[in-house]
Amino acid sequence: MLQIKDLSVKYDNIQVLHGISMDIQDGELVALIGANGAGKTTALTTISGVKRSFGGEIVYNGKNITKASTDEIVRLGVVQVPEGRQIFSKMTIEENLILGAYTESDSARQKANMERGFEMFPILRERKKQLAGTLSGGEQQMLAIARALMSNPKLLLLDEPSMGLSPLMTEQVFDAIVTLNESGTTILLVEQNAFDALEISGRAYVMENGVITREGKSSDLMEDPAIKRAYLGGD
Amino acid sequence: MSFNYILGQLINGIKLGSIYAIIAIGYSMVYGILRLINFAHGDLLTVGVYTMLVLMGFSGLPIWLVILAGCIVSIMVGMTMERLVYRPLRGSGEETTLISSLAVSVFLQNLISMIFTPQKKAFHLPDFLTVNHSLGPVSLSTINILTMISIVVILIALTLLLKKTKIGMAMRACSDNLAASQLMGIKINNVVVVAFVIGSGLAALTGVMLAGEYKTIEPLMGFVPGLKAFCAAVLGGIGSLNGAVLGGFIIGIAEVLFAGLMPSDITPYRDAFIFFLLIVVLLVKPNGILGSSEGGRS
Repeated sequence: MLQIKDLSVKYDNIQVLHGISMDIQDGELVALIGANGAGKTTALTTISGVKRSFGGEIVYNGKNITKASTDEIVRLGVVQVPEGRQIFSKMTIEENLILGAYTESDSARQKANMERGFEMFPILRERKKQLAGTLSGGEQQMLAIARALMSNPKLLLLDEPSMGLSPLMTEQVFDAIVTLNESGTTILLVEQNAFDALEISGRAYVMENGVITREGKSSDLMEDPAIKRAYLGGD
Repeated sequence: MSFNYILGQLINGIKLGSIYAIIAIGYSMVYGILRLINFAHGDLLTVGVYTMLVLMGFSGLPIWLVILAGCIVSIMVGMTMERLVYRPLRGSGEETTLISSLAVSVFLQNLISMIFTPQKKAFHLPDFLTVNHSLGPVSLSTINILTMISIVVILIALTLLLKKTKIGMAMRACSDNLAASQLMGIKINNVVVVAFVIGSGLAALTGVMLAGEYKTIEPLMGFVPGLKAFCAAVLGGIGSLNGAVLGGFIIGIAEVLFAGLMPSDITPYRDAFIFFLLIVVLLVKPNGILGSSEGGRS
């Protein structure tokens, strides 16, 4: 579904990604783990067309999207839930969701997608007329995911959904991610919280200083002594 | 000092306030989306008025057509400055765009001086617009009445645009969180262009109101009203539509009352008084009267 080949990205003169390659198949839940500053977020913003690469290419369903604009990429079904949630805090929850459907002009489908979001996170329905900034961190994350679902994503890019959330809230959000994946949405999950990410994903990539250092089945990586030491806090 | 005198001054304040308010809306819209303080905004007013002056030279053109053409030229200049200056500089920091907007402002002022000479020129609107109507103790010209009506119409129209239409929602979203808006598939450039179109058109419209009031125009006429409108936008809470309008009225009324009620040897300091007022308000409410306390975006 998504092939990333030798992708290189820099900020001014500092190179952040050094030729990374990834391959995501239809229906997979793939995790991208690594320490803070490894370049995970840069990888996602480059896939979304916000940041430009200077080398390599991104191919989505056979189409080269390396130079495509963000709105084209969203229309193709590659949708990002950004780090730090980035909800529209001065707008209501309902308005946030409507904006999520900016590329979806079919109003029946828009309604159905909103209904799906409300069923997944009932708290959002209860508070739909409330300003999004008044929600708790976990609720904002739910809103950010529900908002992304409004544009019919085929591939969902999740950037640190557990950031700043309590363990209980993290579990709830991760359950929702698994449910989404089971209902057919392909997911690329970027996480610092490596343990939880490996637990719910099928495959994973490990990124260090802008390079993919390991890849494989998540269950294998979880047993790997080096990974355990570096990311899972065990030995 | 009679009641009627004060009432008359108050009406004058509302008149001037409407003008500041309409300019402030444009300032505030562009700032809300791009965090760009466009000092050239006031000069778009001048561009519009000079276009109208040229067209009024061709007798026979109806005044509404002249005004419309002035607005269109002002819009085109606004779009051009966005495309040629602000778009390439986007993301380069607020101080860069701020200084550039001053440069654009000086450029426009000089360009107009070069074409039309720096001298004041007479600007005569048709009589039916300038004729005075006495309403009880106060007397207002047709253009004054139209100015006050138009602020209400503009406010309602813009509120509907921002609340009910797709592009309006996108404008609010961009002003709330530009990065997230892009990820929703919103074309930021289109939203910015719409903000410039609305702002430039409104600026040209206020040009007619100002020129109708003073009966003369000059190449620098837009700059100071632009600065005061910027104060109005900051005072009311920059980025907020209602804040811009509220700030416009406060500054207009304060300015006229200061000039009308203070002893005549201190009235020349009315502009100083306005900026002093701005400082006092910002000391108490740093984000302006209706500004949100969340500060900037991350």
